[in-house]
Amino acid sequence: MANRQVAPQIKDAIDYILELKPFRKIILDNGIAVYAIDAGAEEVVQLELVFNAGNWYEHENMVASATNYMLKNGTSQKNAFDINEHFEYYGSYLNRNCYNETATLSLHSLTKHLHELLPVIQELITDSIIPEPELHIYRQIMKQKLEVNLKKCDFVANRLIDEYLFGIRHPYGKYSSAIAYDALQPEQLRRFFDQYYVNGQCSIFVAGKLPNNIEQQLNENFGKLPLNKMRSPQITHIIEAAAEKKYRIINDKDGIQGAIRIASHFPGNNHPDFIKTQVLNTLFGGYFGSRLMSNIREDKGYTYGIHSYMQNHMHATAWMISTEAGSEVCEATITEVYKEMRVLRDETVTEEELLLVKNYLIGTVLGDLDGPFHIIGRWKNIILNALGEDYFNRSVNDIKSVTPAEIQELANKYLHPEKFYELVVV
Amino acid sequence: MIQFEQFVLQNGLKVVVHEDHSTPMAVVNVMYDVGARDENPAQTGFAHLFEHLMFGGSVNIPSYDEPLQRAGGENNAYTTNDLTNYYCQLPAENIETAFWLESDRMLSLDFGEKSLEVQRKVVSEEFKEHYLNKPYGDVWHKMRTLAYKNHPYRWMTIGAELSHIENATLEDVKQFFSKHYRPVNAILTVAGHVTAAQVQQLAEKWFGDIPSGERYMRHLPQEPLQTTPRKLEVHANVPVDAFYKCWHIYPRMDSRYYTTDLLTEILSGGGSSRLFQSLVKEKQIFSSIGCYHFGSIDAGLLTIEGKLVRGVKMEDAELAVEAELQKIKNAPVEEKELRKVKNKTESLIAFEDMSLMNRAGSLSFYTLLGNTNMINEELNKYQVVTPTEIQQETNIIFDPANSNTMYYFGNR
Repeated sequence: MANRQVAPQIKDAIDYILELKPFRKIILDNGIAVYAIDAGAEEVVQLELVFNAGNWYEHENMVASATNYMLKNGTSQKNAFDINEHFEYYGSYLNRNCYNETATLSLHSLTKHLHELLPVIQELITDSIIPEPELHIYRQIMKQKLEVNLKKCDFVANRLIDEYLFGIRHPYGKYSSAIAYDALQPEQLRRFFDQYYVNGQCSIFVAGKLPNNIEQQLNENFGKLPLNKMRSPQITHIIEAAAEKKYRIINDKDGIQGAIRIASHFPGNNHPDFIKTQVLNTLFGGYFGSRLMSNIREDKGYTYGIHSYMQNHMHATAWMISTEAGSEVCEATITEVYKEMRVLRDETVTEEELLLVKNYLIGTVLGDLDGPFHIIGRWKNIILNALGEDYFNRSVNDIKSVTPAEIQELANKYLHPEKFYELVVV
Repeated sequence: MIQFEQFVLQNGLKVVVHEDHSTPMAVVNVMYDVGARDENPAQTGFAHLFEHLMFGGSVNIPSYDEPLQRAGGENNAYTTNDLTNYYCQLPAENIETAFWLESDRMLSLDFGEKSLEVQRKVVSEEFKEHYLNKPYGDVWHKMRTLAYKNHPYRWMTIGAELSHIENATLEDVKQFFSKHYRPVNAILTVAGHVTAAQVQQLAEKWFGDIPSGERYMRHLPQEPLQTTPRKLEVHANVPVDAFYKCWHIYPRMDSRYYTTDLLTEILSGGGSSRLFQSLVKEKQIFSSIGCYHFGSIDAGLLTIEGKLVRGVKMEDAELAVEAELQKIKNAPVEEKELRKVKNKTESLIAFEDMSLMNRAGSLSFYTLLGNTNMINEELNKYQVVTPTEIQQETNIIFDPANSNTMYYFGNR
């Protein structure tokens, strides 16, 4: 008979030894670095080309993301339909994404079809022609999407809080507008394409069950291109944070919920406090059992969910608290958030609660190491942010070793309401 | 090929084990054969509210989450119109913690008025966040009411109205538990770094003594065949006009399910699909368009929805959609086009099966449907679909008498 009164014995997750499977590094003939993880049971592969082509490098708003989007919309040989049909015929998914510093093309495919797909990817990154009719449709689609999104309090709040933190002229603070979409011209995008893709800086991340000749396939398709010849221009952007810290915005006069964002600047992910502060963040609002969730959702029922997290960019980081709450309880929610900050500053967390958070965090990492795509994802973050190859081990050690006193110290260093921007959009 | 073993405990609990020793983790998945379709029409949203309450403490354990997190685990749950599923993942060495937690809440819940009151509020906020305070958030509320007259798919999982959730009492909740949350109505799937023998021993130990309960016999009102087209016009505070049209399709276990699934892929499964190419790219009538179904167990709906390019008339948009449907009714799809959507399905299955959590969920779902080995048989069922079958089905499904059309007008 099971004794239900007593919890079964557990092995503390922090007693596990965690290893991030090392990558194999291949240098193609033209100097492109390829990071490869060969693992997994399924015959699938993920290939990602990362270019220094994010909005950090654009002169006019939206040029980087529009160029990235148009990579699939026409070369001198194939129109948009041909391109889509080719990838879809082989059951593969080719996605493109534009971020602040980088822009990517990523392919998910069955391993057996990879050789049919790489030559077309090569075509896209060397011979995209950015046809005006395609750009016209893009503008039309994006403007309508934007119009719908601007009705959503969470979407509006996400834009505004970034603007307050970084300034509307900074890549992290600026956002889309109908005017910016209308201003996009094919010539402008073609120039950006030529500088940041055709002659750009590229690295490749590949994972899954790799074909034996992966090196040869990559070299044939990407090793002879004029990539990585010129260094990306050194561009600096000045952060212009808002002077005013508190905002209340009415976006929809009939709105029944408010989107709350509370955020402050935080030293970047290479700062010595970073990992230990991640533990503090988890305790504060980073998991289901967090202080914010326990109080504001599970005790008060003000919201369906409240979360805090680090919003990491290469040149700056923000600590963000985010929730949607009933309009009549938004102010009460904010009061409780600050109250939880105060408790973390004033009271030392118990060893027991801290151990729970550590076990949860390590358990999550452990569960996240099971597939090749997750492993390469962690390496990509480490490599692109130049965090050092021992970063994973250092992080695990920091999580395991952080003490209640250190947690309190960090709370006293960073969790002060007056440092935070505060916004409600109804 | 995904290997599994299965057995049934004396009390009727079905157990499935999937060993995968390439991971240090284990997944424990408990699926209950109850969803929003099993609710009383005057108390909708109950299955989902109940899912929230399952985390409010059980007879011997005051909190579900804490011990699990302490054991390095994480968990979540979801409710659909068909079923309710709870899953957690934790280091395999701590798997007994999951058995202890899951069996205790199957044994008996123990939460009070306070927990019920808080979760009523939480679910109300969820309702507002996803369905009331979002542009187009009420579409499925309206569409379900239009398309279903009898079957309980006529309301959404979250509930038909906020008041049903706000009025839920502790007594209602207890009755719901004893009717549905019994071993005989549940499936336990354990996957990962475990052995079948170990799972058998743990299942006996923790679940074996839970009273079986009565098998819930489902007698849902059936939806009569629709014989005339239905239409609805909505005016709402949204910036862009939208078009929605639904047709009744087949239950999940009908062999024609696979034909209709491929049909939705042909119509809108990517940048080279028919509706996108013709109506977004060439004719520029829609700024977005999609064709999909929910994969529901009872007969579901196939939906085409799109947002209209400003200036386009709703009637013209509808005619353009109909013209595309006419093409696929008139001529069989070409072999290459069919090959494409089958290849996509093949890789989609391969990608889904990468995750241990997905495998555990699928094994539970197919067991609920009555054949666990469907996890290995699905791909072949797609492979054998022919162009003729697709053409036949489009002529049956896209019959105007079977259609439900919604014109959703914005205010600009």
